[in-house]
Amino acid sequence: MADFKPKIVAFLCNWCSYEGADKAGGQKLNYYAGIKIIRVMCSGRVDPYFVLKAFREGADGVMVLGCHPGDCHYRKGNISALKRMRLLEKMIVQFGVERERFMLDWISAGESEKFQKTAEKMTSRILNLGPLKLEGYVKRKAAQ
Amino acid sequence: MTKPKIAISWNSSCGGCDESIVDIEDKILDIAAKVEFVLWPCAMDFKYDHVRALPDGDITVSLINGGIQNSHQEEIARLIRKKSKTVVAFGACAWLGGVPSLINLKNKEELFKSSYLESISVENPRKTLPAIKSKVDNCTLTLPEIYDTLYKLDDIIGVDYYLPGCPPTADLITDLFLKLIEGGLPEKGAVLAPARSLCISCPRNETKPDNFEIDEIKRIHEIIADPEKCFLVQNLLCMGPSTRDGCGCSCIKGNMPCTGCFGPADKSDQGAKMIGTLGSILKGSTESEADRVIDGIADPAGTFYRYSTAASMLGRKRKEDR
Repeated sequence: MADFKPKIVAFLCNWCSYEGADKAGGQKLNYYAGIKIIRVMCSGRVDPYFVLKAFREGADGVMVLGCHPGDCHYRKGNISALKRMRLLEKMIVQFGVERERFMLDWISAGESEKFQKTAEKMTSRILNLGPLKLEGYVKRKAAQ
Repeated sequence: MTKPKIAISWNSSCGGCDESIVDIEDKILDIAAKVEFVLWPCAMDFKYDHVRALPDGDITVSLINGGIQNSHQEEIARLIRKKSKTVVAFGACAWLGGVPSLINLKNKEELFKSSYLESISVENPRKTLPAIKSKVDNCTLTLPEIYDTLYKLDDIIGVDYYLPGCPPTADLITDLFLKLIEGGLPEKGAVLAPARSLCISCPRNETKPDNFEIDEIKRIHEIIADPEKCFLVQNLLCMGPSTRDGCGCSCIKGNMPCTGCFGPADKSDQGAKMIGTLGSILKGSTESEADRVIDGIADPAGTFYRYSTAASMLGRKRKEDR
């Protein structure tokens, strides 16, 4: 486990959280390099399918970060994301994926320190949980 | 001209798919006159050795229903694939795993415990469980091995077409047979139903307002459902938005919400799409408000993947001890 380097996929909204992460970079605030950031226009754009696909393809943890409630560039995309992700969290547990492997949080464009703290919090959570090793549905050899 | 040879086989399924073929009524006689059946365990007396004796690729088309959950089913599926030109995954189970693939949310041990030890209708004082080999009076008896995962058919063998439905409707089956005999099937790999959401052909679609919110999720027995209004507007979970069209809305016409047997409308994930839909229409703007409504969905995986657990993105419960 000592050499476990978690893979964490983070979907960041263009208007707040990505700016926040950018600012963290500008201020040289360190966070774990294994967090792979994907910029999306809105946290409401994050289809639960993306999250499941990330897990299936080897992510040990997935984060969705958006604007604070009330601050959404598209008015309530983040509120839709909230409802989707709460339901998704409930469902992944049924597939044996710990709820803690997923995180939804709000980070504004100015909150570079909160971004760093959230990223570090997620990293330590995943380090504690260990690798997901989700073989999922092992496809057997199909004979054509 | 020799008649096209047709094989029909079953795996982890309930027999409803075979039944649905008979349900095309008198048309089955027209079809039977034009084709030659070489295997149909549910309805006709052929032995697997008959199939083994055929040359490879001799069967024009095989309709296989049910997912694969044991070694016997796998062997027969592989045999039929070898002997067939075209294989159709017939029904939700063969295409997506179907209802039996809900077992993928449990493990084999839990399955055995529930089915052979704890079920109230089972009396098993010696706590006998299915074993691949067991000794009885100096004889060794063998049984097929039960797998701990239910596989959809195309995880085991190559599949040319997919016919959705639990079971497929009479119209779709008749259409399939016609196209098999007279030609006109689409490109291989196709799902033989329209690639669009069921809501498009739903007679209640017009009654859905542009904006509405589900305040509290109800179950069908808790209210008297309006026979014309969109189920979602009535706070009932209807899988229509994330389910493929083509069934003729038979459940909806019977005043029952869609449970999703026609599978996902495209190549994505039925459950993920349904969660996406619900995110937009559930009421609540804070975590606790959202959770209050979400609490009304007791079993999200079982509801959203009722017919497609084996084909879902996560596929089965994570195995802990590896």
